[in-house]
Amino acid sequence: MIYLAGGFFVVWAVVFLFVLSLVQRERALEREIAALRALLAEREGDDRE
Amino acid sequence: MRSKWHWLIALDIVAGLAMLGAVYMALIFAPDAANLASENEIKAQHIFYFHMGCNVGAAIGLFTNFIASILFLVTRQRLWDGIAVSAAELGLAFGIGVLASGSIWARPTWNTWWTWDPRLTSAAVTVLIYVAYLMLRGAVEDPGRRARFAAVYGIFGFVSVPITFLSIRLWRTIHPVVFGAANPDARGGFALGPNIRLALMYSMAAFALLAITLLIHRVRLERRREEVEQLQERLTP
Repeated sequence: MIYLAGGFFVVWAVVFLFVLSLVQRERALEREIAALRALLAEREGDDRE
Repeated sequence: MRSKWHWLIALDIVAGLAMLGAVYMALIFAPDAANLASENEIKAQHIFYFHMGCNVGAAIGLFTNFIASILFLVTRQRLWDGIAVSAAELGLAFGIGVLASGSIWARPTWNTWWTWDPRLTSAAVTVLIYVAYLMLRGAVEDPGRRARFAAVYGIFGFVSVPITFLSIRLWRTIHPVVFGAANPDARGGFALGPNIRLALMYSMAAFALLAITLLIHRVRLERRREEVEQLQERLTP
């Protein structure tokens, strides 16, 4: 029974870690995009003045 | 912007439910294999449904990488490079799942965690080839060169996938052959009865759906990365 539990655990662990890495990378990119857009808007505002 | 991804959320839910169904099929629906010796071996045989599912996920990832690599070299569109790296990562993750679940299944069946059998060796080499693929990408800074090198490497690296698939059919090995001719040298092999076959087919379909869903998410992430690069270019004076 321990082998069965272990086999299922490793497969779910791999899927979970992959999903977790996707979520973390997406959050980091969202933050970067927001920061870059704010910077761009600020720069375009300066140019108009 | 977000509303156009509603279908992906629906796909996530369907894939999640399909995977719960796969757990039911593997643990409850599928009968114990009749011809195995010990209780541990009989119970561990149920790992088979997830082990084969991981194989399907890995095959989808690595085959997509191969096709996307060819399409990148033909069209030079960055989209294909994004799909190729996403698919390689996915294939590698499922490939690790194959090796890990197979190793745990091998312990009660072959009385060892690992043996340098042709199938196990070729599967491990395949995983290492795609680890090297991601390392190669990390080592080249120029995006154009990185995409070209990775595409060429991806095409040649894929040769290991059919070799791994055929290894149990071409060479003497203790690994069972699931589809096609039975392997007389296999240790812990079993015949596929109708319920075992149905559970296997369902599990493989559920894993295929999960792999496709994860691949779409990963490609979406790559497009976000391209958006960052475009914004950075606009900010560069």
